Amino acid sequence: MTLLLSHLSRHFTDAAALDDVSLAIAPGEFLALLGSSGSGKTTLLRILAGLDYPQSGSVTRGGHDLLSMNARERKVGLVFQHYALFRHLTVTENIAFGLRVRPRHARPSRTEITDRVEKLLKRVQLEGYGGRYPAQLSGGQRQRVALARALAVEPDLLLLDEPFGALDAQVRIALRRWLRNLHEELGLTTVFVTHDQEEALELADRVAVMNRGRIEQVGSPEAIYQQPATPFVCEFIGKVNKFELQREQDRMICGALDFGADLWAKRYDRAVAYIRPEHLALATDTGWKARLRHIYLAGSVAHLELALDTSEQLIEVDVASEDLLRLGLQQGAELYVQARTATVFPLANDTGEAKSEDRRVLRPHQQPY
Amino acid sequence: MRTTAHVSRPVSWQRRALHVLLILAVVCFMSVFLLLPLAVVFVEGLRGGIAAFIDTIGQREALASMRLTLLVAAIAVPLNLIFGVAAAWAMTRFQFRGKALLGAFIDLPFSVSPVISGLLYVLLFGAQGWFGPWLEQHGVRIIFAVPSLVLVTIFITLPFVARELIPLMQAQGSEEEEAARVLGATGWQMFFRVTLPNIRWALMYGVLLCNARAMGEFGAVSVVSGHIRGLTTTMPLEIEMLYNGYNEYDHIGAFAVASLLALLALLTLAVKTLLEWRYSDQIAPHTPGGH
Ligand SMILES: Nc1ncnc2c1ncn2[C@@H]1O[C@H](COP(=O)(O)OP(=O)(O)O)[C@@H](O)[C@H]1O
Ligand SMILES: [Mg+2]
Repeated sequence: MTLLLSHLSRHFTDAAALDDVSLAIAPGEFLALLGSSGSGKTTLLRILAGLDYPQSGSVTRGGHDLLSMNARERKVGLVFQHYALFRHLTVTENIAFGLRVRPRHARPSRTEITDRVEKLLKRVQLEGYGGRYPAQLSGGQRQRVALARALAVEPDLLLLDEPFGALDAQVRIALRRWLRNLHEELGLTTVFVTHDQEEALELADRVAVMNRGRIEQVGSPEAIYQQPATPFVCEFIGKVNKFELQREQDRMICGALDFGADLWAKRYDRAVAYIRPEHLALATDTGWKARLRHIYLAGSVAHLELALDTSEQLIEVDVASEDLLRLGLQQGAELYVQARTATVFPLANDTGEAKSEDRRVLRPHQQPY
Repeated sequence: MRTTAHVSRPVSWQRRALHVLLILAVVCFMSVFLLLPLAVVFVEGLRGGIAAFIDTIGQREALASMRLTLLVAAIAVPLNLIFGVAAAWAMTRFQFRGKALLGAFIDLPFSVSPVISGLLYVLLFGAQGWFGPWLEQHGVRIIFAVPSLVLVTIFITLPFVARELIPLMQAQGSEEEEAARVLGATGWQMFFRVTLPNIRWALMYGVLLCNARAMGEFGAVSVVSGHIRGLTTTMPLEIEMLYNGYNEYDHIGAFAVASLLALLALLTLAVKTLLEWRYSDQIAPHTPGGH
């Protein structure tokens, strides 16, 4: 059953938390909502869970209106950012809660509930912890209890709000892989919220990038990374070098740097170009002249900081560490840099606004053929 | 609760003297202003011996005043429990216009003098009051009768439960309640299985304070009571009447009833202390996220 969100808007007194959000979520999909703090991710989850309502727009699941159902009827599992475990109940009682509050005719028998809780405890690797209280658990354990509690009611849709946000790095990575496996086992439609782009790209089938209450782009992690649709996505995902371009007759230039031919038939005078560090290559004779300022060695990759000769603009170039050794590069060395691909957004002449729909990929250093 | 470890370090004799002096001062102060009067109440009450004591408090008027005090508390406290929970819920779980005003109104009984509270009710329901003539026509008597005692006591003790709950419920937030909703709980299930267990100690505390005040209130009750012995005198009023001798001056009687009332207060205090001691870990405020 496809979950269809269309034109959702939610305004609080001061500003819009959601602004005309539309999204289709396929059954069994693992979708990441990625955005910085305050971009409306939690608000969106709360609307799906029935804890908040939009001022306009609709949510349907398999054609049924979800917004007209209350939270109890939706069959949605929600894991809160701070887990929201019932502090006065043990782990077992927490997990059994959703089953115990069911009306008598729908409530499993006592032994059945015990069975199911045991199974879930095993599934989240917390056997033997059933008698503890939330206060006696570590962050990662609480997180898994919250997950088991949400799964106990066998939801059709699982929502996770920054599931790894409060955990330390090691636990986070272990839990992340574990969650992905769990998703594959259960095949449950899952939406998880994160502000960590690495997490979103690694885990999700599809990523929706949110910014100030709007969805900027939805797509596979590859598409988000390789073909960012808006300047925001370019800057938010991964490292990126930014250049401000001007049109000079039929060329797009940044100072003395030539980015290639104008592709918009002179409709725009200015544009902004983004080049990822790994899309820049070092060369010995042709390209943009630059001086090596710093080398940041990070295992297999080296991040080089260079200053462009013409503009003194600092850029970052990624090269394989072994290339660094092979080239014998030193701080202060004079080099040439070649840009393989640049994502360019023209700017409207009047407002200066980026025209995302006219995005083009330029290849400044590709030989014309 | 964390206990601070005592690190032994050289302490100058001046500092030590200061410590001792301060502690002595506090103990003296407490003795003179709290313990001594309390002791006097019991000593004076028992001056005539146990038999006289029992005889005094067994008198019709004394017994009636005890019954009345318990009746008034038995009505006022449960009502204020319900009101307090409802008000705290509204204040901490809903956004609405006039919320600050509601907060201020909840505090009103604390900020106006009890005598004025009593007078307000006389103005409303008394013979010359707004609703007085209408009530009289329908044969309902409020002022100088038991209903007025209940009404002013409810008014006076209104803030206790709500004031105890509001800060706690604010600190705990509504996430657990929302979790319960998403897990399929009805409103009542959410309240009885999540909200109530989380606030029970604060609630108990508020109820005890409310009860202590309900039984001990004098000023407001005095204004509306009419002082009809055996009918509209609660224990505090009975004590005052015995002491000031409207009928006859009865020193021992006044102190006998007073010591009973003081005993009730001490009992409340004991229950509260017991609860605090027994559940100190649960009463201590939980930090959000860190529970
Ligand atoms: N209950 C609320 N009242 C007022 N403003 C809110 C409320 N909840 C969220 N907001 C605002 O809506 C915006 C989006 O919030 P949220 O959905 O929590 O963002 P995120 O989860 O992406 O950090 C923020 O600007 C926030 O201040
Ligand atoms: Mg959030």
